[in-house]
Amino acid sequence: MATVSRGFFGRRRSGDPDLPPGQYLVTDFPVLSAGPTPRLRTEDWEFTITTETGEKHAWDWAALMALPAQTPTVDLHCVTKWSKLGTSWRGVSLDTLFEDVESAAEYALVHSYGGYTTNLPLQDLLDGQAWIAYEFEGEPLEPEHGGPARLLVPHLYLWKSAKWVRGIQLLHDDEPGFWETAGYHNYGDPWREQRYWGD
Amino acid sequence: MSTDHLDGNAAAGALREIFTTDLTAATGTCASCGNVATVAQAVLYTNAPGLVGRCPGCEAVLFRLVRGPGRAWLDLRGVTCLEFALPDPS
Repeated sequence: MATVSRGFFGRRRSGDPDLPPGQYLVTDFPVLSAGPTPRLRTEDWEFTITTETGEKHAWDWAALMALPAQTPTVDLHCVTKWSKLGTSWRGVSLDTLFEDVESAAEYALVHSYGGYTTNLPLQDLLDGQAWIAYEFEGEPLEPEHGGPARLLVPHLYLWKSAKWVRGIQLLHDDEPGFWETAGYHNYGDPWREQRYWGD
Repeated sequence: MSTDHLDGNAAAGALREIFTTDLTAATGTCASCGNVATVAQAVLYTNAPGLVGRCPGCEAVLFRLVRGPGRAWLDLRGVTCLEFALPDPS
């Protein structure tokens, strides 16, 4: 569990419109991890999108780097109650990666190197809402934060932004992931404080 | 109504006996590699939204424990069986 003292960091900025309910601000970038940190070489890295019919679209590192990049500045909200505002990233929009993907699926299950999974509706990955991010604050993304590349879906709690992302599986039926099967909310909207089952 | 089974209330006594014992002393078998170890020997990740216990042999997830306000969730799908040392019923 986070050991940051809420007594020190926990004061909500009065009337801060950028801070969802129940969250407190941090200025550092806490590292949360459910297992050992994968040490991936970019030459071994691959990212895939697999449709509900089994059609597989794959990108190696060079192919990812060849795609147009975006530099979103976004707020991060962790379900353990810390929020970090105004973080800057570089990555490829999922809209770009899905350009040639034909699918009628409604759900996505995200897979990571190391075995982590998380689920979300496909529409939450599109329309400028999500990226495969490989730089943080102008530097290559460190392994502790999901490097060489992680999913970034900042409008949902951060456990949905899978570190060490390796693929997205498209599904007709929703399939809860690593934390979603163990008490955490299936969708995880920080503005509606959807932390746990039933919230 | 079928009479070949009871509802879960009938397990209350047995479950209460188990969960008042020290679970970390229980011996579990990893569903992934078959390694046998006590729960206390699991590799435990705590800087996470919950506690994640992994097999000391193969790093597969043994259990996840999430604590919410007034509730907790325990997922043990990574353990095929837990063995507890218990005194015989008197």
